[in-house]
Amino acid sequence: MKADPKRVLTGAHYLDGDHAAAEGALAAGCTFVAGYPITPSTEVVERMAERFPSVGGVFIQMEDELGSMAAVVGGAWGGSKSMTVTSGPGFSLMMENIGLACMMETPCVVVDVQRGGPSTGLPTLPGQADMMQAKYGSHGDYELIALSPNSPQESFWVLIKAFNLSERFRVPVMVMMDECVGHMTEKVIIPEADQIELYPRRYTELPPDKYLPFKPEKDLVPQMIKAGDGYKIHITGLTHDERGYPVMTWEAQEKLVRRLVEKIRLFKDELVDLEEEQTDNADVVVFSYGISSRVSIPAIQKARKEGIKVGYLRPIIVWPFPEKKISELAQRIKGFVVVEMNYGQMVLEVERAAKGKTKTILVPHGGGWVHDPEDIYKAIKEAAK
Amino acid sequence: MSEVKLKKKKDEIEEEHPMEHLLRMDRMPHIWCPTCGIGTAVTAFLMALEKSQIPLNDTAIVSGIGCTGRVAGYVKLDSFHSTHGRAIPFATGLKLSNPKLKVVVFSGDGDIMGIGGNHFLHAARRNMDLTVICVNNFIYAMTGGQCAATTPITANTSTSPYGNFEQPFNLPYLAASCGAVYVARWTALDVRRLAKSLTEALQKKGFSFVEIICPCSTLYARRNRLGTGLDLMKFYHDNSVIKHGADLSELNISFQSKIVVGKFIDRERPTFIQGVNQGLRGVLKDKFVEYGGPVDDD
Amino acid sequence: MRFWRKPLDADKLQIPHGEIHIIRERCKGCGFCVQYCPKDVLELSTEFNLKGYHPPAAKNAEACVHCGLCELLCPEFALFVLEKEDKHKEVEKIES
Repeated sequence: MKADPKRVLTGAHYLDGDHAAAEGALAAGCTFVAGYPITPSTEVVERMAERFPSVGGVFIQMEDELGSMAAVVGGAWGGSKSMTVTSGPGFSLMMENIGLACMMETPCVVVDVQRGGPSTGLPTLPGQADMMQAKYGSHGDYELIALSPNSPQESFWVLIKAFNLSERFRVPVMVMMDECVGHMTEKVIIPEADQIELYPRRYTELPPDKYLPFKPEKDLVPQMIKAGDGYKIHITGLTHDERGYPVMTWEAQEKLVRRLVEKIRLFKDELVDLEEEQTDNADVVVFSYGISSRVSIPAIQKARKEGIKVGYLRPIIVWPFPEKKISELAQRIKGFVVVEMNYGQMVLEVERAAKGKTKTILVPHGGGWVHDPEDIYKAIKEAAK
Repeated sequence: MSEVKLKKKKDEIEEEHPMEHLLRMDRMPHIWCPTCGIGTAVTAFLMALEKSQIPLNDTAIVSGIGCTGRVAGYVKLDSFHSTHGRAIPFATGLKLSNPKLKVVVFSGDGDIMGIGGNHFLHAARRNMDLTVICVNNFIYAMTGGQCAATTPITANTSTSPYGNFEQPFNLPYLAASCGAVYVARWTALDVRRLAKSLTEALQKKGFSFVEIICPCSTLYARRNRLGTGLDLMKFYHDNSVIKHGADLSELNISFQSKIVVGKFIDRERPTFIQGVNQGLRGVLKDKFVEYGGPVDDD
Repeated sequence: MRFWRKPLDADKLQIPHGEIHIIRERCKGCGFCVQYCPKDVLELSTEFNLKGYHPPAAKNAEACVHCGLCELLCPEFALFVLEKEDKHKEVEKIES
């Protein structure tokens, strides 16, 4: 399915990451945004509020992030592609309803433009400390998908990809940006609508008497409907069976939650989107994402000039974590250097996937500013020993 | 009890209650206690739904968490059982995504007014086109009988074992001051007037609010030594006073006091969707593209 | 029915009559229907249903006027009233 030309702002623009993300959402067919202003993500909703009236869509500024996420889940069941945007404190508030979206298997997108934390932290400065929260923030067992762009141009495409993945897997997708990427202005080229591929919502063709809202297809994802089509379904956040009715037994829990988790884990080798450079015969691989990946580049170049074989690995899909690639690299390299703007979050996954076969050096940073490439360079040299 | 013997009817189990086509009969019997008033409130709602002649395929019902929150599970419409307190924003999302839908929020006092209070205020302020039915049993029943925002002073609950000393809400006053266009309160006993009021609320465009005072037998009645739900119904019979258009500030409910019921507010205001569309059209003129609802992908 | 004078349309007066159907197994013995029947038709029986409650029984089925209040009040959807088309009670007693 192609994008609607009326919604795509084709052309070459100078946009910041937030605005490019908004354009990406519009191109992906987003028609409902419920948001709450929070620095540094406010520009996304501001742009949606500005653009929706001329392309068709509803923006509502809700009274808080709790209401925003609940409205997003409701909006998806009403038939819209829905999205909300927030930052750290709001992300924490949305967690219960993100869990609801996972339980109800609702396709939707949540953009978290990370800032310095914890708590109110540094509202106008970057951070990357919500990465574990993206996966483990809500209570209970569930799996979801998270992406992380590192430029405004990529933000455009990542939003489209996020909507497509959410429709395919019927799962909320997190887009983990950071304030730097959100507020930097770069050239963004938006192509013609027919070059943008969209994944259509998996609406069922079965008649109401044969349709079961949570009966999985072969890829463990059930077919979707929307309210108002006469199916008279019951969708609940309680543990439920295939009919959607709550069932208070451990068997139902096992069956349902296992499937919620497996539907993503089954595809973890396919849900890989990496940017790699010179990793084939590298001795040290620098693993970074978001703005930290751009800051790593001068350090890598400096190390390469000294003859160290440094590879550059950047995940765009951060959850599910690209374990296979890390495991494979760990067999043959001397060490990973993990550069992230927190005190150790994705590094734990790198260590886990490396299974002790190689050393992992973290270059942490509290947030508020980007890394000093010197620190990264020193870590690369340490790893190369 | 008398010595009346029941006539054994062979075909009794095949008898169909007239409301069965609106209920998920595969989930009956429901979980509500004997002498609980929620079943009666649901019966009145179903009667109102039929009378209002709103197409059932275009109706959706959203509930929160709690005893009343289970209503969505038993009613045969597109029903959603969302998180605690977030039934109203969930319903907002549903309605804005598909403006053709008639969205009903059916939840309890703890869910709508306690944890969900903020959402209630804003939805009423915006005049979202929702019908909010709040079953008020003065307690958080499902979790074991804790104090709610509507619990009268001196009432005994599990988190106020020596009596509640907090001022409760006056729900119709609150709803009206936030901008609801239809505000009514009835007890579960007065089923016919309740059903009529619910019909009006369903047919009204904008934020309509109906409070239903229901007996809670296992918790509120038992903890406060008020008997069973039937005794509470008898209390409502003797102590409810119908006063349409009463002064809202007089609608406070104290412990075992007179309960003023009736229709208090019935006014017109542009709904959120109407106001926004009108405003945007005025500013953007030809450039405005009105959102009409989801487009079916093919 | 008692009147102080005979109504002019007495021959056309038709009081509806209802037939009460009780779905015994659903009843939880709350007693709402028994308490609020305006014609005192129902009573809790001495028998038990499978759950151990005493379902209602019509002790005075002829008196039912198909007002439908029991059907509306019942929280369990356990009883309903159907109109009996053929039988109509006439005006019984008139005082002139």
